[in-house]
Amino acid sequence: MTSQISDRPTPNKNTLFRPNLSNRYNLDRVFAIATWAAVALAVAVLAILILDILVQGLPQLSGDFLNSFPSRKPEQAGIKAALAGTIWVMVLVAVTAFPLGVGAGIFLEEFAEDNWLTKIIEININNLAGVPSIIYGLLGLTVFVRILEPITGGRSVLSGSLTLALLILPIIIVSTREALRAVPDSLRLAGLALGATKWQVIWEQILPIALPGILTGTILALSRAIGETAPLIVVGAVTFIRSVPTGLQSSFTVMPIQIFNWIGRPQVEFHHIAATGIIVLMTVLLIMNASAIFLRNKFQNKDV
Amino acid sequence: MNCKKNLLIHFSLLTLVLTLTACGGGSSSSGGDSQATQEIKVDGSSTVFPISEAMAEEFENANPGVNVTIGVSGSGGGFKKFCAGETDISNASRPIKKSEMELCAKQGIEYVEIPVAFDGVSVVVNKNNDWAKCLKAEDLGKMWTLENEGKIKNWNQVRSEFPSKELRLYGPGTDSGTFDYFVEATIPNKGESRGDYTASEDDNVIVQGVTTDEGGLGYFGYAYYEENKDKLKSVPIENADGKCVEPSEEAIADGTYNPLSRPIFFYVKTSSLENPAIKAFVDYQVDPANGELISEVGYVPLPAEIQAKVKERVDNGTTGSIFEGGSSVGVKLADKL
Repeated sequence: MTSQISDRPTPNKNTLFRPNLSNRYNLDRVFAIATWAAVALAVAVLAILILDILVQGLPQLSGDFLNSFPSRKPEQAGIKAALAGTIWVMVLVAVTAFPLGVGAGIFLEEFAEDNWLTKIIEININNLAGVPSIIYGLLGLTVFVRILEPITGGRSVLSGSLTLALLILPIIIVSTREALRAVPDSLRLAGLALGATKWQVIWEQILPIALPGILTGTILALSRAIGETAPLIVVGAVTFIRSVPTGLQSSFTVMPIQIFNWIGRPQVEFHHIAATGIIVLMTVLLIMNASAIFLRNKFQNKDV
Repeated sequence: MNCKKNLLIHFSLLTLVLTLTACGGGSSSSGGDSQATQEIKVDGSSTVFPISEAMAEEFENANPGVNVTIGVSGSGGGFKKFCAGETDISNASRPIKKSEMELCAKQGIEYVEIPVAFDGVSVVVNKNNDWAKCLKAEDLGKMWTLENEGKIKNWNQVRSEFPSKELRLYGPGTDSGTFDYFVEATIPNKGESRGDYTASEDDNVIVQGVTTDEGGLGYFGYAYYEENKDKLKSVPIENADGKCVEPSEEAIADGTYNPLSRPIFFYVKTSSLENPAIKAFVDYQVDPANGELISEVGYVPLPAEIQAKVKERVDNGTTGSIFEGGSSVGVKLADKL
């Protein structure tokens, strides 16, 4: 700070402008401290939360916990069914939502003409991104559980995954479009000028550059999906199940539901294993995010 | 070209990894299953859930190849699925309502009503509360009725001999079967509950509230009181014989803890009972030998004479509800069954 002050050229003394430098730099400092305090407060709250969870949950974290089914005895209860359910759901959500969302994003950004129909679709997608998740649950109940029952098998892991895929689709579409928009137009024009088709330009030039942004958006969307409880309860995820899904039509549960159930129990021991469950959930989330960052960096280094 | 190849490879790698994860999850699981897994679908009340969970756990251990799934969508939500034919068994902390009976009848779903245990709705106050030594149902009604919303705010308004201390109320949310029962049992003339109390679907929040509030009063299922005895005090309730009774296993079982002791139920579809696995699971739940599972999770097993009658009901496949769509307040199970 002080060095900056001395570096500055001294203002012309003849002007009416009164620099009052020390006061302005003091204000500067106050603002810096205020922003720092805001960050510190946020981080402190997060740290306390994580610390609390770790203190409560770590002692019970073991291979047995990961490999046991729920039980009425807290010391025997484990998260196997819920963990497997969450992995199934996340994989199915990624497999369905990613191609659909990216495809829709590419169409809207690169192919669609700018007419009223596109505008209506655009407005709808932006609004859908803000619709409460329980509404998607009701939609999933009607469409996937009731109407498409012959395919989904009713209240199955497939119905739940498709519902969550719908829920995050708008987010993926919007972030895909943002990423595509950030690619300079000159690249498209250059490609077209060289005689490439629209598809070649998009696939070979535009997509590789936009991919890191698309992946970031997708992972944010998946992170939202992993914590969802309400729509899955509506669609029919169960609370107690002592098997992992064996197929798309199996019954299932997911970690947030299991954790919520444990927290609501009267016995303190269950509250502790709920904390352990939260640790597992956070770990899965971190692994997901880390792999996305890894993929993103890979594409960034190679293709730009 | 290079670019494209890379991209393709990455995409296929990603897909491969995802598929492998999915397959890995699948194959590790199917190892334990025999070729014909029998699924029994249970849904309904969160109050009955711990009992179902304990029963299902032990039943599955004894009968591999049976897979019981239990959902928690509340007594009402459970009946909605049950009457749509989606579940085999519906848990309920209150008897089936008239509207639900009609819904089931419309879908042609017949059921056997099975009381499975007793629960005592426990009224609790702060540890430092030394004046609420015995309350009548009328006192509770006076505190909780809608008519007194915003009016009764002090303990001395409930009874003049109580000290002047601010009265703050804690209770379950309106979706809860415990809420329904408490309102029916304490507020006369089908009155409604006041809305200006701290409501929570998580009973631990009520525990927390009353523990930290000297003038607080709350209610919840017996299991939560049992688990938090050291933090709060239960209020003895004056029963029909004029005696002040605290909630305890004995008092709840023999009916002296009235009017706040209530039966909890499950309903099983008659057509599902024809399935030997489901019949076996129902028999397992009403077997007196498994009563200890019920006490283990904080509820009170039915006394032997009622248990025998329930067993008879299951074996005869007696359909319909003994409450005929009404409430279970003041109904003596032993006489009705």
